[in-house]
Amino acid sequence: MASTFGAEPSRRRGGPSSGPPVGGPAGETLEVAGPGGGRVASAGVAVPLASASGGLTVPATVQERAGVSGERRAPPSRYPGRHLGLGKRHKGAVPRATGALHKGEGVFGWLFISPALAILVLFVVLPIFLAFYVSFTNWSGLTPPLSRNVQLVGLANYRQLLAQPGLYQANFAESVRNVFYYVIFTVPLQTALALGLAVLVNNKFLKAKAFFRGAYYLPSVTSSIAITVIFMYLFQGQGVVNMIFHFFGWSNPPDWIYDQNGLFTTILSAIGVNSPGWGNHLVMGLSAWQWLAGPSIGMCVMIVMVSWTTAGTFMLFFLAALQQISDDIDEASEIDGATAWQRFRRVTVPLLRPTLVLVFTLGFISTWQVFDQSFLLGPANPTDITPAYYAYQVSFQDSGFGMGAAIAFLLFGFIVVLTLLQRKFVKEDLTK
Amino acid sequence: MSARAYSPAWRRALGYTGLTVMAVLFIFPFIFSVMNSLKTDPQATNDAISLIPRPVSFAAWKQIFGVGAAGTNTDFPRWLFNSVFVSVCITLGRVFLDSLAGYALARLRFPGRKLIFGFIIATLAVPSVVLMIPIFLVLKQLGIFNSYQGMILPMLVDVAGIFLMRQFFLQVPDALEEAGRIDGANMWQIFWRVVLPVVRPGVLALTILSFNASWNQFMFYQVATISPKYYTLVTGLANLVGGGLSAGNQFPLKLGASVLTVLPMVILFVVLQKYFVRGAAAGAVKG
Repeated sequence: MASTFGAEPSRRRGGPSSGPPVGGPAGETLEVAGPGGGRVASAGVAVPLASASGGLTVPATVQERAGVSGERRAPPSRYPGRHLGLGKRHKGAVPRATGALHKGEGVFGWLFISPALAILVLFVVLPIFLAFYVSFTNWSGLTPPLSRNVQLVGLANYRQLLAQPGLYQANFAESVRNVFYYVIFTVPLQTALALGLAVLVNNKFLKAKAFFRGAYYLPSVTSSIAITVIFMYLFQGQGVVNMIFHFFGWSNPPDWIYDQNGLFTTILSAIGVNSPGWGNHLVMGLSAWQWLAGPSIGMCVMIVMVSWTTAGTFMLFFLAALQQISDDIDEASEIDGATAWQRFRRVTVPLLRPTLVLVFTLGFISTWQVFDQSFLLGPANPTDITPAYYAYQVSFQDSGFGMGAAIAFLLFGFIVVLTLLQRKFVKEDLTK
Repeated sequence: MSARAYSPAWRRALGYTGLTVMAVLFIFPFIFSVMNSLKTDPQATNDAISLIPRPVSFAAWKQIFGVGAAGTNTDFPRWLFNSVFVSVCITLGRVFLDSLAGYALARLRFPGRKLIFGFIIATLAVPSVVLMIPIFLVLKQLGIFNSYQGMILPMLVDVAGIFLMRQFFLQVPDALEEAGRIDGANMWQIFWRVVLPVVRPGVLALTILSFNASWNQFMFYQVATISPKYYTLVTGLANLVGGGLSAGNQFPLKLGASVLTVLPMVILFVVLQKYFVRGAAAGAVKG
């Protein structure tokens, strides 16, 4: 990861005016990505989003992705004014490349960075190593993890989760199934909703744009726990949603929150298709039919809720990109006789492609980690339990911290593999 | 915008209809919550959809503010205090430490900078969910599990914030620092007196984002504490709904608590919408 970052800037800096490449900081790419990227959402977008969602989680892929696309759109070495020696906007990145170090620069540099560094080491690096150790033990959480009465159990935790038929394996498999359907339904839904809202708000005739934009963005700044409580109320058996369905003549809508039936199997059984013989075959403690059941009805509520909450943030991404699309392009195609839909489909969407990829990437990364919603909905409906919440449950409610740590590492593994796959996909997409 | 100010009336009507329908979908869940928190328990359960409580009942709100019937009160005022206290500490810490680190990465040359930068990028790739149990281990090992220190310390630095600030510092012209140097200021004075005031928009954005994130934080506080006396609004609400308070639906109480949890952010958002939006879209438009 870091090496990619390091390699690019030195190549870019090879121009005649900038002198020999200095052993510059790996940091350049991020900056180049921003201003060079034109209409591409730059690293700056990813950054605030990450803290808004409360974690350290928007990974380097995003930054890098922004960097890659930035390079494609406008080669940074061709920045206007280069020949005038004006320097790039990020000139400060390698301050005074040829000058001597200023007095105390090294000392102050370390002084400035070390508090942040200490906290990251203490609460990111150290925990990971400690947890890796604990995942091979039977630690119960009562004593300090490094005390003597904690026993090493080897690969037992991992074996029980992956290979050994039993409760742990079945529960873990179910949580993986749940989150899998959650991810593949939520990401497209929230992206489509965000794009739709952005197109609506971007209408040229619109008055009160700030009001509508604010209304759609509002859920994004509120607590996911509070939102979940509100949705549990709206979707309860006799709740607002079901009353509206009653009004429109649907006499027996489901009891959403508690309904464990899969979406696909519900539809199939409604048209008379039930589980065939092979459907009972157990795979990792879960029947094949259950694997294929789709998100449960209860999970559908969660999917809708999260899409509703996050669409506003991604709408802002699309709005920023839409506002960069020149009116001329739109007008030209209108004069050519294209209908509104054709203009959207053939002109707008292709121009939004980089933003679409960014939104998909961010969506995939954050949805895998869903925890808060599962914390409230999971106890009522096991099909809402995600791996993150299952790790919590096993650790804090059953005192199986060794097992919980093992689940966390398996989840980490999933995310890493998926991120790598996606990066491969994204790179190919951009170099074609 | 100039050339196409005109749109046919039917298209405008269609646009406004779409916008309004969506706005209703986005705002009504909040309105339903407020109105149902003003109902009695049975009313809120059986007649969820009516928007006018008849009669208006303040029972839930009295419980929330600790003046309800004996034994039914929540510890809401304490949760509110905890939320404010913890969020303010975290926000101050983040703005200060992220700025310092961002400045060092953007403007200072020191041995090992490249290495540190790579390291910080690597920590970005660690999903916070993976850290949930590990952080508990460290808190336990350090002996600060279930304390304010345990809630605040691990949240004090956020890598995304470091990058945000770095981004802003990179755009400060060299001349500014040179001027400070000529005046005989040391690095700290240059950072604090000269450069930091210039990047005020960045500081403001980071302040808002940090406060918002620490106010809404749930998972981490939930694993860092166990005593109800450390509940924030969010963890308190989650445990209330998870069965922390006697039986029954108690919808008005839960909805009222949700409304109060959301309200400060809504007010902040309405007042500072410009900055929220700018923060979230920072860098998306420029260039």
